[in-house]
Amino acid sequence: MEAKAVIEIDKLNKSFGDNHVLRDFSMKLYRGENLVVLGKSGSGKSVLIKCIIGLLYPENGTIKVLGEDIGNYDQKQLDKMRVKVGFLFQSNALYDSMTVRENLEFPLRRHWMKETQERSEVDGLVMDALTDVGLAHTVDMMPSELSGGMRKRIALARTLILKPEIILYDEPTTGLDPITGREISELILKVQEKYNASSIIISHDMNCIGITSNRVVMLIEGKCYAEGEYGELSQSEDEKVRNFFI
Amino acid sequence: MADLFSIFRKSEFLQEVGHIAKFAGRFFSEGFQPRYEFREFIRQCYWVGYKSLPLVGITAFIMGLVLTIQSRPTLVEFGAESMLPSMVAISLVREISPVITALICAGKIGSGMGAELGSMRVTEQIDAMEVSGTNPFKYLIVTRILATTLMLPVLSNLSNAISLYGGYLGVNIRGSVSWHLYWAQVFDALSYGDMVPSIIKTFFFGFAIGLIGCYKGYYSTKGTEGVGRSANSAVVVASLLVFIIDLIAVQITDLLNLT
Repeated sequence: MEAKAVIEIDKLNKSFGDNHVLRDFSMKLYRGENLVVLGKSGSGKSVLIKCIIGLLYPENGTIKVLGEDIGNYDQKQLDKMRVKVGFLFQSNALYDSMTVRENLEFPLRRHWMKETQERSEVDGLVMDALTDVGLAHTVDMMPSELSGGMRKRIALARTLILKPEIILYDEPTTGLDPITGREISELILKVQEKYNASSIIISHDMNCIGITSNRVVMLIEGKCYAEGEYGELSQSEDEKVRNFFI
Repeated sequence: MADLFSIFRKSEFLQEVGHIAKFAGRFFSEGFQPRYEFREFIRQCYWVGYKSLPLVGITAFIMGLVLTIQSRPTLVEFGAESMLPSMVAISLVREISPVITALICAGKIGSGMGAELGSMRVTEQIDAMEVSGTNPFKYLIVTRILATTLMLPVLSNLSNAISLYGGYLGVNIRGSVSWHLYWAQVFDALSYGDMVPSIIKTFFFGFAIGLIGCYKGYYSTKGTEGVGRSANSAVVVASLLVFIIDLIAVQITDLLNLT
């Protein structure tokens, strides 16, 4: 029996002026899988996941998240959907003016926390998320006091705090040294196992792709050019595909 | 200034005005609907009001002192030295203190907002806020514009008081006027017609500073270079708007015969 698709994208088109980034792009993300979207810089990978989360609007095509077409969503419905879909930004996007604790509490305050909610309960959720990424000791630090790898982990903890069903990673290992990059990749795997989360990972870091991917989709010239498992694609005879694995 | 000239040179000027008007319209349409961000609003009031007070206070004190010292010789020449407290009070309260306070705030707050929001934009913090289910316009923009609109009149009134105290010291550097006589002359010279228009225009100054600072920062592009540009043009445009609003306010006050 085929696994259930949690994200279905059908004939998605998005352009910026004359630059047609996505052309009839279609793909599916199945429950519990890590799907890597691979492509050259500027090929529209980040645009794709920003369309999924509703930060960008496609010209046409449909995006179904957990079975519902988000194209007709109003702001309230979009916010509700975003509780179930976490997003890890390439630049981490931690709020500079807030401590790590406040950064993690921010999405909680928006979605879950009531004024009457026990402080200890909130602290517990924050500490759980930080423990998952191995940085419980940084709770009262400012983002500026953390290294690049630590920031990435904190950003991941902030994404995990709402326990999303789907996580979108935008180049999670970019700008990190190979060792830290490997640690982040292993963390993505750990998150997949612990939360049974389905993920789309945008990357062109082959080590990260090798560790995290269950399936790889190649985005070339705005289209889904090829898809398959990492080992399968790395042995492909198509030059365009093989070039990525050299 | 180069930024401002380039706006005039190209026909982008009207487009920019249109965008700012649209941004202001969005503030009015979204700002008064729930959800209200009280906590962030209070935090912004603290930053805009309390944190600007030392700078505004020192400037106001020096302004009052210098204006009094500089005006004295001319009044002495005309044998009108006794008019010094009245003249200083009217000049400061009607015009100099609100405008200088607004210009200081345009420099400090306008550039701060432009740079802070600009860097939040280029580091995707604003997008992260949206993904967290927060309306960034309400959380970041509405709170800041409201804070500047409400805090500027407070700062301007404090500036009035401090500058008049500076004037008292200025009068007593060369002459000798008692504390009671000085303040009696100051309050005799001032009327509601001086105070009320002066306070009302500071609300508009505050709104303009908040609006421009936020607009420039919120739509910042082109990375760190863009952040610098946003901060710079926020100060230039906000300062210019302060003078334009002041000019309009003076004309209206004059037409209504309030002074």
